[in-house]
Formats: sequence, structure tokens, C-alpha cells
Amino acid sequence: MRARSVLTSAAAALAFATLASLAASAIAATDAPDPAADAKAFKKFFTDKFPKVKVEDFVNGPYSMNEDMHKQWEEKEQFPPYEFALEAGKEMFSKPFKNGKTYADCFANGGIGIRQNYPYFDEKEGKVVTLELALNRCREANGEQPYSYVKDEMASLTAYMAFTSRGKPMDIKIPSDPRALAAYENGKRYFYTRRGQLNFSCATCHVQSPGERIRAEILAPAYGILNAMPIYRSEWNGMGTISRRFITCNSQTRAVPLEPQSDEYRDVEYFLSYVANGLPISGPGARP
Amino acid sequence: MSMMRNTLLASVLLMAGAVPAFAASEADYKTALSAAEAAEQQAGQLRNKWTTTEAQLAAAKKAATAGDFDAAIKAATEAEALAKASIFQATSEKERWKDLEIR
Amino acid sequence: MASSIRVRATANGDLTDVQALIQHPMDSGFVKDAQGQLIPPHFIQQLTFEHNGKTVFLADWGPAVSKDPYVKFSFKGGAKGDDLKISWVDNKGATDTTTAKIG
Repeated sequence: MRARSVLTSAAAALAFATLASLAASAIAATDAPDPAADAKAFKKFFTDKFPKVKVEDFVNGPYSMNEDMHKQWEEKEQFPPYEFALEAGKEMFSKPFKNGKTYADCFANGGIGIRQNYPYFDEKEGKVVTLELALNRCREANGEQPYSYVKDEMASLTAYMAFTSRGKPMDIKIPSDPRALAAYENGKRYFYTRRGQLNFSCATCHVQSPGERIRAEILAPAYGILNAMPIYRSEWNGMGTISRRFITCNSQTRAVPLEPQSDEYRDVEYFLSYVANGLPISGPGARP
Repeated sequence: MSMMRNTLLASVLLMAGAVPAFAASEADYKTALSAAEAAEQQAGQLRNKWTTTEAQLAAAKKAATAGDFDAAIKAATEAEALAKASIFQATSEKERWKDLEIR
Repeated sequence: MASSIRVRATANGDLTDVQALIQHPMDSGFVKDAQGQLIPPHFIQQLTFEHNGKTVFLADWGPAVSKDPYVKFSFKGGAKGDDLKISWVDNKGATDTTTAKIG
């Protein structure tokens, strides 16, 4: 009786110890950020869920989810509604500032074919820098007023820059800097956190329900969701930037939106772009 | 005699009324509003305000300006409840977000 | 100044396929701006496509057509190298016109 109870308690102790160490290692594993593993799992989730969709097609959002919509989109691409903004963006990009400098002076390779490198982690500033932010900083550094982040000129400029990168794979880097990892994790957390009175997270629509409808719209998959930005959205009757989309998504869940280019928005753009690494830039895009 | 009956009738009517015997005061409204605004400020610090909370706060202030303190208090009370719910959401989501994470 | 009309016409057997995208605000007159003021109506009233002097497509538009309208249609006849003339008139009397070659 005694021996048995000793054995039982020893077995119990061993079992407990094993469980504890497993739990500890599990906690350790989930707590240590591993963006590469996240990206791999992210891609696998969507390619498993939609085995018939070609990988590069995910960047077309709702159009890759519905055949009828895909046909309409193919037609639309022959005469895309973003054409006017794109032309305006090209003109604006080459027009010098009052001081004689141009946007080309602020960017690598004169700003051509570099969109896929944004956002990047600026180690001097210790924060994520997005393309929209970089453009306004370029303006301010050259004595010009910054543009609104949500539409018009900012949309035209980013449309042009995206266009010069069309087809290039998204190429976001996370330097081995704890602040960069923290920004990435912050963005990931933001993406999955429920907010607003409707209690939706970005994932609620774009991870749990891509291809399904929310009211009359077909939801896009989160995988590659920024690759087509900026977009001409029929609902907006015009162009909108990444900033605009984040803000409107917030208010649509009845959450009070944050300021454009808030840390949270910059970080979630960093996360979403990173996990789409390898997918082609398709911007500017058109959406319902 | 009829005077007494009228007074009695009046007081019975007052007590039986669906509205409080005395209409809500501005002081009651101000109390309700500060409670709501304090909660909303906390929600703001958590970066998690709701648009509906803001709408109820605005409605409360509008009703108060018009002198309708009953409606103002109702809206302020609703705003406080919404603000508190948004605080709960922000707090619980600090851990719960992981439930949705793709691993 | 670039034309407001983008057009592509392609010969396809005995049909000509035409697509056009027109830059125009197409304000219905029912929408209010951020200050609550009605944006006055400003929309294309008539759109015409002509081939060899003959009208092959005529549209009478009103406030129901959205901003930057896109048109797609086909007509019989038309050969590669032929001219296709497109013009529009809006409710303010403004016009634009362009001629494209069928490809």
C-alpha cells in the first residue's frame, strides 16, 4: 500500500514535472518572436484554405475568391479606374519642389521600383517607416506642406511608385534589432486584437472569412492584402491609401480610428507586408 | 373638502406617475456625464474608444443643452456602459488575441 | 491638358469592340459636402460615338451614372484604321471630344 502510494505519487510528480516543463517550453516557444515561422504558417493557412488559387493571385483580394468577380476584374483591368490617379502621380513625382529638389532625391534609385521595400525599420529612429510617411517627410524636409494621408495626392504618388514596382516580390526586412521585432509583434497583436463595438479584429474578416460575404462585399484574404495598394475603390468613388483603409476598417467595426501613421498602423502595415513577402506588388489596384 | 380631495388627488397622481416625482436635475446629469467621460478617457488611454460611446456622449450633451436632463442622463449612463465595455474589451484582448493567431 | 476620354476600339471580325473611360465628376446634385451644403449637379447629359459620320452609340445620361463612367459596347462595321469620334456634353454646357483609330 505504501509502496504503491509512493510510486503513484512519484509517477504523479514525474507527470507533473513533465507537464510543467512542456508548458514552460511551450510558453517559451510562443513568447519568442519568430517572424519567419509566422510567415510560413500564414502562407500555409491560406494556400491550404484555397488550394485552387494560384499563389500570386492572392494579391487580387476578393477577385481571387470568386470566379464571376474575377472575370469582371479582368475586364476592368483593361481600362482601370485608377488610370487618372496614376497619370497624376507620375506628373507629381517628377515636378520639382519650390527649392528645386524632387522626390527622387529622397529615395533610393530615385524612387523607382522600390515600393516593395516598404515599410522598413529605421534603426536610427527606432520605428517603422512606411512609404506614405517617407513621402510626407520628403516634402517637409524640402519646405513643402505634407499631404493628407488618406487620399488625393498621397494616393496618386503611392500609385505611381507602386506601379514602378509592379511584379516585384514584396521584400520586407526585419533586422535583428529587438525594437524591430517588438514593432513586428506589436503589429501582429494589433491585427488579431478585437476592437470596436462590433468586436471584430482584422483577422475576424480576413483570416476567418475570406471569400465569404459581409453584407454585399466579398472579403479579401489577409495574405497579400496590401500588395494592391493604393486602390481605386468604387465604394469611395476614388482612390484611397493604406492609411485610409486602416481608418475606415476601424470605424466600420465602430472603433474610433487612430491618427494616420500612428505607431499601431505603422506596425500592422509592417506585419502584414512581412508575411506577404514573396507575393508580387500589384498596385495600384481597383476594388468594389 | 374639495380642496383636500384635489390635493390628495394631485399627490396620488404625482406618486403614480411613470416619471420621477421631481424631474432629473442638472446636477444629476453632471454626475452621470463625469462618470461617463472618466470611463471614456480611460478607454482612450487604452487606445480603444468606440464610435458609439462618442455618439452617446454627444447626445447627452445635446439633450442637456436643450434642458432635457432625463434624456441627457439616459444617454450619459449608456455612454458610461459602452465605455466600460470598451475598457473590458481592451483588457481581455491583451491575452485573447492569441486565440485568433495563425500558428 | 490630356483629354477626359480614354478609348480603345478593336476590330473583331465584322464587329468593333469599344471601351471608353471618361473622367468626369458626375455629381448627381443630391450629395452634400462636409459642410452640409448640396454639391450642385454636374454630369454628362449626352455621350456620342460616331463612325463614318454615323452615330453608332448615343447615351442620354442623368444623375444615376457614377463618377468616371466606363462604357463598353460593340457595333457592326468598322475596320482597322477607321476613325471613331467620341464626344460628350454636360449639364453645364461643357464638352469634350476625341478621335481614336480602330485597331
